[in-house]
Amino acid sequence: MIVINILGILIIALIIYWFWLYKPKEVSAISDEITVIVENGNYQPARIKLAAGQLSTIKFMRKDESPCSGSVLFPDYNISEELPLNKNKTIVLPAMPKGEYAFHCQMQMYRGTILVE
Amino acid sequence: MQETIQNQSEHTHCDKHKAETSNTLSQDLIIEGAGCASCVGKIETALKEIPGVASAIMNFAQRTVTVEGNVSDVTLINAIEKAGYNAKSSAGATDDELLDEKEQADWKYYKRLMREMKIALGLGVPLMVYSLLGGPMTVETNVERGIWLSIGLLCGAVMFFAGKHFYIGAWKSFKNHSANMDTLIALGTGTAWLYSMVVVFFPFAVPEMARHVYFEATAMIIGLINLGLALEVKARGRTSEAIKRLIGLQPKTARVIRDKKELDIPIEQVLLNDMVRVRPGEKIPVDGVVIEGHTAVDESMLTGEPMPVEKFKDDEVVAGTINKSGSVVFKATRVGKDTALAQIIGMVKRAQNSKPPIGRLADVISAYFVPVVMIISVVSALVWLNFGPDPAVAFAIVSATTVLIIACPCALGLATPMSVMVGVGKAAEAGVLIRNGEALQTASKITAMILDKTGTITLGAPKVTDVILAGDHSEDKVLLLAASLESGSEHPLAMAIVESANDKGIEPYKVNNFHAIAGHGVGGEVNGNALLFGNEKLMEEQGIRVGKYIDAAQKLAEEAKTPMYFAVNGKLAGIIAVADPIKEDSISAIERLQDNGIRVVMLTGDNRATAKAVAKKAGISEFYAEVLPEEKAIKVSELQQQGEIVGMTGDGINDAPALAMANVGFAIGTGTDVAIESADITLMRGSLHGLADAIAVSKATLRNIKQNLFGAFVYNVAGIPFAAGVLYPFFGLLLNPVVAGAAMAFSSVTVVSNANRLRFFKPQDH
Repeated sequence: MIVINILGILIIALIIYWFWLYKPKEVSAISDEITVIVENGNYQPARIKLAAGQLSTIKFMRKDESPCSGSVLFPDYNISEELPLNKNKTIVLPAMPKGEYAFHCQMQMYRGTILVE
Repeated sequence: MQETIQNQSEHTHCDKHKAETSNTLSQDLIIEGAGCASCVGKIETALKEIPGVASAIMNFAQRTVTVEGNVSDVTLINAIEKAGYNAKSSAGATDDELLDEKEQADWKYYKRLMREMKIALGLGVPLMVYSLLGGPMTVETNVERGIWLSIGLLCGAVMFFAGKHFYIGAWKSFKNHSANMDTLIALGTGTAWLYSMVVVFFPFAVPEMARHVYFEATAMIIGLINLGLALEVKARGRTSEAIKRLIGLQPKTARVIRDKKELDIPIEQVLLNDMVRVRPGEKIPVDGVVIEGHTAVDESMLTGEPMPVEKFKDDEVVAGTINKSGSVVFKATRVGKDTALAQIIGMVKRAQNSKPPIGRLADVISAYFVPVVMIISVVSALVWLNFGPDPAVAFAIVSATTVLIIACPCALGLATPMSVMVGVGKAAEAGVLIRNGEALQTASKITAMILDKTGTITLGAPKVTDVILAGDHSEDKVLLLAASLESGSEHPLAMAIVESANDKGIEPYKVNNFHAIAGHGVGGEVNGNALLFGNEKLMEEQGIRVGKYIDAAQKLAEEAKTPMYFAVNGKLAGIIAVADPIKEDSISAIERLQDNGIRVVMLTGDNRATAKAVAKKAGISEFYAEVLPEEKAIKVSELQQQGEIVGMTGDGINDAPALAMANVGFAIGTGTDVAIESADITLMRGSLHGLADAIAVSKATLRNIKQNLFGAFVYNVAGIPFAAGVLYPFFGLLLNPVVAGAAMAFSSVTVVSNANRLRFFKPQDH
């Protein structure tokens, strides 16, 4: 029983580490054009690095049929765009100051972060 | 003359060429500024000089050019611009096409989910029925092991064919360090299936009482969740009905007059300054100004105003409205994405996706929800294993699975956006454009409403209301002379007199020696008559006796009118009163606001007497007169300091600072003018009922959001502990995972359906 309890506590610790504490590596869009693939309930990549103080462009390619994935919101900048299925959608982001900005679907099941440096 | 040009030879040539170069890209560009046939050669040559362009063929009548070759549209457009023309790509999908694509995609997704639901329930239902009829779900003998192994493998196949999207989604999310609904379903069903397979393969590894299989739960849950998702897709489609209706207003073709010929072209090819003909019963294709003809236009679909609006030369017409009676030709002034309709569609779409502050708590919860549920599931399993009765393992598995399955992050996530989607759309149908979710929420809490007088409560267009004769001249003569004198002035009151004469068909004479007498009035000569027009002081100074007419003038002033004396050759000829009449329905709209407990305050730059009279007539007890435009914002902040949540309603141009200062700025549009940036909410028709409608829709939407959030919170807060088994020690109750699956599937459908109820909301008949 002790082993099972320890195992249970380890699983809980793992959940906390994996979903909250771990910060995945971001993909830089500073020099390259970036395309975010919307597929299987995820944005890929979900962490994007952008340069501070300049306009940026991100392309979204939605391959996910779920209507949840049909729109993407950048709430800090009041941007909301519809993503057509299997087509590129270019979104121009305004010049942003340094910081972290979220982007997500209407229901926040698909989530991503923009890291402005 | 009407003739539709179809340049057959060009098309045939084009098609042939397309076939020959099927590996290359073919794209159409719309050319602007090509006025003569010689431009064709210039444009074609400019394009053909670009490396990679195989051919460029221009259709002059349609002002389009078809280019074959592997060259980007930007390069082509640059080349055309260098040649001295403007061009744009016609490849961008229209709203209509995007909507069609979306509907088709949704339909395909719906069919897939239904198919998967049938596969899963095809196995789940018979197993479920067997279990309910008392069939043993345990593994005791080798025969049972064999049977359950086959069923277990079948169940695995069902999980693959009907539920692989959950597992792939969950795995991808996991790799991405995120968790969503897929994670919960995959973990829940995966745990139940794996445990059952362990029982089948190693029955002696688990206590005898716990040798129970849960294949029916796995299949049923996958089936039910797929069904729930399918119903949700259907219900979601209905939430965008309003935007669909707006997009549907856009006609697909327009009849333009080019080179003295009329031709039907796709709407995307209409250029700025094109002459467009619209016949009775047709929709206006783009925005423009009437050049020829007159008609009545039904603008109700955009403004909510039921009466058709008369359109004469120089009047504006707006895309999407319906030409009712006459045939008109108008000049296109705004096309494509610039038309009022396109802007309205864009604004409504943006607002539908924005979130009011009330949704923020749900967002924060959503962000932590899934991992928290996973932790609760583990804790619940541990508690059962440590303290549960026998068979503790079975109880632990059931409770862990049920917790994962019953938790519904979707209901929380859907609660706010679905209601906003329907509410904002509903408002747009009533001619109320809400900028974003925050404006929607604040509008529902307004306690005080400031109304600007001119143009908001009143029509904003002064009219002659009374002509009192004092001499031998007839009314028409007085108007004729006064209008002749005033035709030289640009004062709004003077314009009212000239307009009044025009309405009566009176043609004014030429005025000589026109002069303004600052602060008093004007003077001049018409047909040899010396004329004076102005206030009492002017008459006094000129020695003209007004005598008993002072009382009449006083009475007019008390009726919110501005009386002016008119003298001909040194003798009083009459009094002309001008007033800006209160809009027909302002009084009832103000009453509606007051009935809702809103403190209504009127602001005006006018004099006190007029302000008092207008306020009294409109049923407003609190008013401020002689307020300078810059002081309006100060009045807003004064009310805010008194603790009021202030709405300010103005014309959007002069009142911009006050609109920005208010908690919610309402701009009263003139017809379909939506270019009002300073307002949070734009009322497209002039009526103040739009204001009461906006507040009513906001309140209804907020109420709906609260119901949804409450439902979603209560569902999760009550459901999760129930699933974990907190009621078991007291009542011996433990939830079946299949029931949890059904509850989860229908919780989000319930939220979307509740939001859809808003579609039937009517903001009080008026």
